[in-house]
Amino acid sequence: MSAAEGLRIEPIIGLEVHVQLATRTKMFCGCPLEFGAEPNARVCAVCLGLPGALPVINRLAVEYAIRTGLALQCRIATHTRWDRKSYYYPDLPKNYQISQYAAPLCLDGHFELPHDHVIRKVRIRRAHLEEDAGKNLHDTPGVTAIDLNRAGTPLLEIVTEPDLRSADEAREFAVQLQRLVHYLHVSEANMQMGQMRFEPNINVRISCDGREHLTPIVEVKNLNSFRALHAAIEYEVQRQVQEWLEDGRTAASGNKSNRGWDDERGITLPQREKEEAHDYRYFTDPDIPALSIDPEWVARMRDEMPELPLTRSERIVAEYKVSPRDAPAIAGDRATADLLDHAAEAGGDKQILGKHFLSFWSAHANQRGTTIAGLGVSAEHMGELARLQRDGLINATAAGQIAEALLGGGDGPPASPRQIAERLGLLQSRDEDLIAEWVAAALAANARAVEDARGNPKKMQAARGFLTGQVMKLSGGKADPRIVAELIDRQLGR
Amino acid sequence: MLDGIRQIADAVSSGRRSARDVCADHLSRIRQLNARYSAFLQVVDNDALAAADRVDDAVRRGQPPGPLAGVPLALKDNICTRIGRTTCGSRILERYVSPYDATVVERLTAAGAVIIGKTNLDEFAMGSSTENSGFHPTRNPWNTAHVPGGSSGGSAAAVAAALVPAALGSDTGGSVRQPAALCGVVGLKPTYGRVSRYGLVAYGSSLDQIGPLTRTVTDAAIVLGAIAGPDPRDATSLPAPVPDYAAALADAPLAERAAGLRIGVPRECLGDGLDAEVRRAFEEALAVYRRIGARVVDVSLPRTPYSIAAYYVLATAEASSNLARYDGVRDGHRAAGAQGLVDLYCRSRSEGFGAEVKRRIMLGTFALSAGYHDAFYDKARRARALIGRDFEQAWAHCDVLATPTAPTPAFRLGEKLSDPLAMYLADVFTVPANLAGLPAISVPCGFSTGGLPIGLQLTGPALGETLLLQAARLYERETDWHTRRPPV
Repeated sequence: MSAAEGLRIEPIIGLEVHVQLATRTKMFCGCPLEFGAEPNARVCAVCLGLPGALPVINRLAVEYAIRTGLALQCRIATHTRWDRKSYYYPDLPKNYQISQYAAPLCLDGHFELPHDHVIRKVRIRRAHLEEDAGKNLHDTPGVTAIDLNRAGTPLLEIVTEPDLRSADEAREFAVQLQRLVHYLHVSEANMQMGQMRFEPNINVRISCDGREHLTPIVEVKNLNSFRALHAAIEYEVQRQVQEWLEDGRTAASGNKSNRGWDDERGITLPQREKEEAHDYRYFTDPDIPALSIDPEWVARMRDEMPELPLTRSERIVAEYKVSPRDAPAIAGDRATADLLDHAAEAGGDKQILGKHFLSFWSAHANQRGTTIAGLGVSAEHMGELARLQRDGLINATAAGQIAEALLGGGDGPPASPRQIAERLGLLQSRDEDLIAEWVAAALAANARAVEDARGNPKKMQAARGFLTGQVMKLSGGKADPRIVAELIDRQLGR
Repeated sequence: MLDGIRQIADAVSSGRRSARDVCADHLSRIRQLNARYSAFLQVVDNDALAAADRVDDAVRRGQPPGPLAGVPLALKDNICTRIGRTTCGSRILERYVSPYDATVVERLTAAGAVIIGKTNLDEFAMGSSTENSGFHPTRNPWNTAHVPGGSSGGSAAAVAAALVPAALGSDTGGSVRQPAALCGVVGLKPTYGRVSRYGLVAYGSSLDQIGPLTRTVTDAAIVLGAIAGPDPRDATSLPAPVPDYAAALADAPLAERAAGLRIGVPRECLGDGLDAEVRRAFEEALAVYRRIGARVVDVSLPRTPYSIAAYYVLATAEASSNLARYDGVRDGHRAAGAQGLVDLYCRSRSEGFGAEVKRRIMLGTFALSAGYHDAFYDKARRARALIGRDFEQAWAHCDVLATPTAPTPAFRLGEKLSDPLAMYLADVFTVPANLAGLPAISVPCGFSTGGLPIGLQLTGPALGETLLLQAARLYERETDWHTRRPPV
């Protein structure tokens, strides 16, 4: 893009994110939410929009939406309404979607996104509830079949202000948002199952010759992965700059357009005018009374709000002495982070636990394609393992061996780390008399090293290390290294 | 055949008469007379007899058969039933069978009622004469050259002609009360939310209420008692417990109510367009109230003259959305030979809907369109709120409001078909109660010189059904209009 040289380009990105809520039943009826069920087997009069059927709000969906809103620092509305959004499409049984237009549940929040060593404050314009549509299936040529199992699934639509400034940032925001809804237990947010979908609004601020130009806004519809989100933004930014160079058109009211993402070709394509020329004719759904949100209910949810991933990361750094770069790997999965805390509560040394989590526990988890919490080792055992090491009863290598044995399974109740250490002979000796004998023997057999250790400043370190090694060898690796060091010092006469 | 609900239920419950016998009697009368009035779209003989047998079984086993034991009932055909079709009087649902029963149907059945058939209506309840039925018009039993009113014209005619002792209708702007008045029967529209709308095919969802049409006020009270009450499937249903409406019509509570009863008469309602004979009957009804010791007071509802305008914006706006689902894709009429999706939509809807439904869908779509939303829909909502406030203020001065139910007696078939605006004015007295969500009842209060019935409408405060029924019964007890039957 040689013509773009000399221009300063700043992408301006806002995101609309649809998150499918992990309720047991649909937004307005009792049908179970079930991915992959036989087509049209999870439907009833309400989600089919049959004549005479009426919607009834799923209270849990409202609760999940409020919890998410609170985590996004939103104001929770005291009164919220449902509106009908009208458009004709075969996968929309009533030919209107129940959504929240005029009075959304959550408003005016923000999310502090750490990115590139700075915190970007991404403002949240609103988050509202709505029902999903069904799916048009084109499996048979010339035939469109409709599966309405998904119709009526509760969705939370989260809308940011245009505060993101790059594809990287947008992707990072999406990743953090997914982590957040996992943390809150409000959504599985599984991309393959379409439980989290993105619609970025993109335009570009172009600075050139001291003047600024804004390209027309484009909304890219229905992106189903972090990768597609990133690629679509990258592509769209380049495309808009190119288009501006060609036609000079800038943003104006009425020239926002929708484009679709062609994943195979990696490009965005304009959507047919018909698809975007909608007058949705919003009006309050008369079937659903305005909902008053009890402030006490909200206060209770606020009290029960778990520590969120970013705060937790910071605490893990502070308490467990894990590096800021490594902490998110633990904090990112709530169950794993909870396990870490529980292991510490069970008496495990925090710093050693942090090391265990980042070394062998995460290695085993990766190997098995699960999380550390998914390994099935109890917090008590993890804590005990770390305590054994802290107390000098085992060394780090032995801890790794014991961990492997803890994962081994087998019959009967799992052995405790201490029992395993005993069985495998990994317990270190803390018998000072015995260690003193080993030290005496090692010193006697290595007069040269003793001399160096006593009087040669250049070789002192190496000689002491050598002697320690000899002692450990004599002990068969069982001597507590701290006691060994102490006794060598003593016997060297220092 | 002229037995009321209580006589039938008592006879069946005590085993003096079988429900099957009652049902068979009514079926035979329907066979004999329905062709003259075309009140029914469908009579479900076998299912009705089977239901009657179940009631008789219950009686034999000593189980309580319910307050409507063996009472044959007709349902307006926009109330969903698993038995038979639910057409809404529309070609677009000509063959539609509902997979579920409306809540009112479940409750009626639980109370021992026997559903005997589905009655004619203006298509999707849009109309005031039942001439907009997609199938055939219904005729007024008092004079078959005249309309029965609408949109629950089939239910009103069936009750007036004693084809059934009671029927359900639905009332969005007067569709129970106006045909009740024109056919000389009792018609009650409950408070919005008093009766579940689950299974009532929606026209104007914020206005629709199901209500009974009966020959007496007491019968209306009994039916209301059976169908009213909260329903977890209708979020707009009201949680208030259901009082014993019929018990409140016994002599003692009635006497108590008569003392100091204040009847408010809104001045605005008695202006131009009111038929002289209707006015005379109305004045005489007020005189009856005065005679029994009630006070008749003047009140003002200054914003009610805007009711019709507001109603025809709000009801049509909601209808345009409620009827969007009839698109030929799933249930209902699907046009043959459509070229693509949009063509399928257009043709199915063009073929399936009648002229009045199309007119209202277009009006409503326009009222909600970008650029017109504020001027029409939002303004109508504000007007509605103000009309509600008018009523609130009126309750400081009176217990119930009295007006004529309809400005004229039944008009001739075809008389207003070419003039939709004139037809819309047939609802001028009934629409305000829908906008305000209030209960209102029409009771027979006389006849025109041509022998056509005239109705008196009483409107009460929200959830004031007991008061309303008592006030209506106090009038009914003093008159014999309700005992007169059309010539056969």
